[in-house]
Amino acid sequence: MKIYYAPSHEYIKVDGNIGYIGISDYAQKALGNVVYVDMPEEGDEIAAGEDFGAIESVKAASDLIAPVSGTVVEVNEALADNPRLVNEDAMNNWIIKVEISDPAELDELLDEEAYAKLCEAEH
Amino acid sequence: MDQMKKTCLHQRHVDLGAQMSPFGGFDMPIQYRGIVEEHNAVRNACGVFDVSHMGEVDIKGPDAEKFVNYIFTNDVTGAPVGQCFYGMMLHPTGGVVDDLLVYKRADDNFFLVINAANIDKDVDWIRSQREGFDVEIDHLSDSLGELAIQGPNAEKVVTEVLGIECADLAFYTFKEITYKGKHVIISRTGYTGEDGFEIYCDHDLTVEIWDMLLASGQVEPCGLGCRDTLRFEVGLPLYGDELSDEITPVEAGLSMFVKLDKENFIGKEAIAKQKAEGARRKVVGLELQDRAIPRHGYEVLNENDEVIGEVTTGYHAISVDKSIAMALIDAAYAKLDTPVKIRIRRKTFPAVVVKKKFYKKSYKQ
Repeated sequence: MKIYYAPSHEYIKVDGNIGYIGISDYAQKALGNVVYVDMPEEGDEIAAGEDFGAIESVKAASDLIAPVSGTVVEVNEALADNPRLVNEDAMNNWIIKVEISDPAELDELLDEEAYAKLCEAEH
Repeated sequence: MDQMKKTCLHQRHVDLGAQMSPFGGFDMPIQYRGIVEEHNAVRNACGVFDVSHMGEVDIKGPDAEKFVNYIFTNDVTGAPVGQCFYGMMLHPTGGVVDDLLVYKRADDNFFLVINAANIDKDVDWIRSQREGFDVEIDHLSDSLGELAIQGPNAEKVVTEVLGIECADLAFYTFKEITYKGKHVIISRTGYTGEDGFEIYCDHDLTVEIWDMLLASGQVEPCGLGCRDTLRFEVGLPLYGDELSDEITPVEAGLSMFVKLDKENFIGKEAIAKQKAEGARRKVVGLELQDRAIPRHGYEVLNENDEVIGEVTTGYHAISVDKSIAMALIDAAYAKLDTPVKIRIRRKTFPAVVVKKKFYKKSYKQ
């Protein structure tokens, strides 16, 4: 699966027209202990660049920004009871699974290398 | 833009890899290893906080006691030397200029510890009230460092690692000693709900003590992140959240620190009137059923979805594993067990009014 990143630190792993959206390992480290993930519901529409939920550390809430537009087909219910899974393995504990409505939006995102550079610059 | 101030330990924080953030005009460490780890270290063992950003003012002179009693809500009359007091300075309206600690150093000498964010405001305020009082007011914030050593092992750490005898100090008392050739104030006080000490001394000695504590391996460096979660769980107020120029001690539930039976002090009339009439707003505790987290500024609603106030502090609390908040709400809803709602982003969540002391303090008396 090809992985893309948004500058706001969400990733999307793409498998055909399905995308798995979560936050990057860099983002989970910067957040610290994740204590709550506010997720949309199955069937909700998300729009590229707009928030679809929030992720909260002890200290603060951060918006989750949709890297692409689409329809939520599944939310990761495991995170409702155990939000710390994001800290344990951010890349495999995706937050929502979406049906991508406009694959061209993926071209606007960063690839692994460009994202690594962005993180280095921010650090 | 104002240059951000740094404490004498700033380089130590940077070297430890702390996450730094502005607080009260200072670039302060929010966390080192993590808020949860640091929070638990203070509840279960011992942590040290750099609180050198706090301000200090020394008041001395024949009218020192009279002056402190005039600007401060607690009553220092005839107290023994070595006693600490918590209380507030009030506006004539009853709103809070700041909450502070007062240390009685001598019959004619008091030491005030004030919040970093309010240093300039407080010092101006104190100086503006001095007319007619024979006192000298020294602002010492820039020359003193402060460390808070907190947790059930604090007494052992101060005794064994620093070699300072402290078992003799009762809660809310202090002494002045010479340590490594320098003047030190050490009090049995803190802001965590645990036993602990606060130490005031010059910058070099502050750094030296910090290094000794960390080298011992018995003390966790703790940032302001867990300082806030710790104080919140035991219901202690933070100026800017539960207290402000617009919020009175009666509304904040701190009337016990306002001594209406002493002679005139600033704000006395307003507080007496508010107590007689009953406050229209109250700071209460709220508990949610859901894991969603109420944050400062979020709206509190009644069951008809009318706004009745707002959250002042909220967390998914670490020691009690619940989403809880303090909130300033319409007094009509302040009774225990009253159902309310909190708006968190797009949704509202049911909550119920509970006691503000979410976690039991373990002070040493």
